Amino acid sequence: MKYYRSHALVCVDPECLAKGAHEVLDALQDELVAQGLIEEVQVLETSRIGGCANGPELMVYPEGVHYAGLTVDDIPYLVEEHFLKGRIVKKFLAPIPKRVDEELGPPQAKEVRVVLRNCGKIDPENIEDYIAEDGYLALAKVLTEMTPEQVINEVINSGLRGRGGAGFPTGKKWQLVRQAPGNPKYVICNADEGDPGAFMNRRVLEGDPHSVLEGMIIAAYAIGASQGYIYCRAEYPLAVRTLNIAIQQARAFGFLGENILGSGFSFDIEVRMGAGAFVCGEETALMASIEGRRGEPRPRPPFPAVKGLWDKPTNINNVETYANIPQIILRGASWFASMGTERSKGTKTFAIAGDVKRTGLIEVPLGITLREVIYDVGGGIKDDKAFKAVQTGGPMGGCLPAEYLDMEVDYESLTAAGSIMGSGGMIVMDEDTCMVDIARFFMEFTQDESCGKCVPCRVGTRRILEILERICAGQGRHGDIEVLEMLCEQIKNTSLCGLGQGAPNPVASTLKYFRSEYEAHIYEKRCPAKVCRALITYEILPNVCTGCTVCARNCPVEAITGARRQTHVINPDICIRCGICMQVCNFNAVVVR
Amino acid sequence: MPVVKSLEDLKRLKEEALAKRMARTTTGRAQITVAMGTCGIAAGARDTMKAILEVIEQENLTGVVVTQTGCIGLCEWEPIVQVVVGDEPKVTYGKVSPERARQIMREHVQGGRVVSEFLVPG
Repeated sequence: MKYYRSHALVCVDPECLAKGAHEVLDALQDELVAQGLIEEVQVLETSRIGGCANGPELMVYPEGVHYAGLTVDDIPYLVEEHFLKGRIVKKFLAPIPKRVDEELGPPQAKEVRVVLRNCGKIDPENIEDYIAEDGYLALAKVLTEMTPEQVINEVINSGLRGRGGAGFPTGKKWQLVRQAPGNPKYVICNADEGDPGAFMNRRVLEGDPHSVLEGMIIAAYAIGASQGYIYCRAEYPLAVRTLNIAIQQARAFGFLGENILGSGFSFDIEVRMGAGAFVCGEETALMASIEGRRGEPRPRPPFPAVKGLWDKPTNINNVETYANIPQIILRGASWFASMGTERSKGTKTFAIAGDVKRTGLIEVPLGITLREVIYDVGGGIKDDKAFKAVQTGGPMGGCLPAEYLDMEVDYESLTAAGSIMGSGGMIVMDEDTCMVDIARFFMEFTQDESCGKCVPCRVGTRRILEILERICAGQGRHGDIEVLEMLCEQIKNTSLCGLGQGAPNPVASTLKYFRSEYEAHIYEKRCPAKVCRALITYEILPNVCTGCTVCARNCPVEAITGARRQTHVINPDICIRCGICMQVCNFNAVVVR
Repeated sequence: MPVVKSLEDLKRLKEEALAKRMARTTTGRAQITVAMGTCGIAAGARDTMKAILEVIEQENLTGVVVTQTGCIGLCEWEPIVQVVVGDEPKVTYGKVSPERARQIMREHVQGGRVVSEFLVPG
């Protein structure tokens, strides 16, 4: 067996790749060959060593030395000093060094890693690393000791629910597909993650692809399928590449293909790339896209479990759902069910973004409160401002106000509050956020992504957007709020698929919880958060202004007048409210009214 | 590439994979440190290092961590190799040729007996 005295792990996250991680990796490899060390030092790829802010990053074991900000030119010196002479090169050390490479720093106290357990710990392109972490052991257990019915019962007992957002019990779905008449049956992994700011699934696909493959193979055995597809968007080139490498390795090791582990069971997986239409994350649109047709949803029933891909019974689960399966089989349904709430078991990954101190990817047990997520795990609001709202579940989620901070995060309570679990986006907003503007922003997204097949979604979202744009432009009218409420209700009730049904959520929830802001915009022509340009004016405080002329010189439309050492004045008729004067003023003399 | 045919195959593969990853932990049953200062390299420490790595590979040793250090101030004794087995105190060997290194690996690291004739007097 080959023995390496040292392992050098290079971070190949997109952020590091953009800064030249591949070039550094190649240079490292070449230099090790040149210095005759390649037989002793193994170069591996990993993800998320530090945080990629100082990429490209390198972690060297067994010393546990963390280098950052490397360039190709640094490599010869680094190799000679570190790998040949064994001297740590201080000038390349990361500013905040890590001893163990791990995702986004040490998990916060309230985090639990199930889905992300291997991310950053193993080399995603090396199947042996996955095997060392009990990889494919669950598959072996399933194939040698369990009947398909036992597998399904185990998943039902675990209480696992679909992590794509709708929360349908996974075991129940498997059972439906197994019982549905028709052959062949298909297994699909929905990896069409499209919510703005969400990257939970990408991290799993890029960091631990085999856990998804293993989950899919187990599902295929349970329902009796022989072919699987992973539908991944083309915007995730690294995920697609990593998946394809993982599939090749799994085939070579005999985990995919004919007669898996000598059990007689055969199954294979193909990656299908989507072109990035948001609606293709909807299951019926996704299947249409795999079949080569236009990605448009169709009415359900019949559900995919009965009539899915090529009209055959099909099981569709999300990336995170599959990644949970091997752990449930290995550690048992009761272990999984011990985490979470009465009806929502296990953990959930969230991508926290917005005005929170520690943005990024987290995994927490369900049932945790929003306050714990935002303040304990996320570190609180940036610049210690006040919390205003949190939007869960991506662009179709609702915005929840401070009253809901102590609500437990589970499928039912989020729905009851007017939001959704979704696939796990979480956007935190501070006091400076205009909720009307936020609603307009998300409407712009869903309106843009509507496939246009059904009228409520195609026309209705357009009308909502027009009204919101008008309100933000200071031209809100009496009756706008009522029309918005009616449109929200009708679109929600009559749209064909989840995109249209969820699209009004940001508007409906902000109307419910932040109605006074809409009223201020419409009746008082005022934006309380001072965001909407048409409703604010910039002013120079005469007693603070020193007449330095910086603002006047920087104003792009020459709206500011005033002589040197004299108070300057902004002409509101010329001002385009770009805010540059406020940014450049050294004396904080410019204010927004 | 081994095709995994059974649960036993998989378990064996897991053990192998785990052993390979031992290099990534900072602690092991035995720690071997080779001094790699300019003096050490000039005296042949690279060959000594290679010999040590060869033994680990040939004998399939697990739980052994090999690291490097710089000049420790005893240049006339280079190549210098320090060995720590378990909780025992550090043992420093001097003038470790590849041949001596193999003997140290055999007797000390594997056998647990310090090779007293190669010790740096001190």
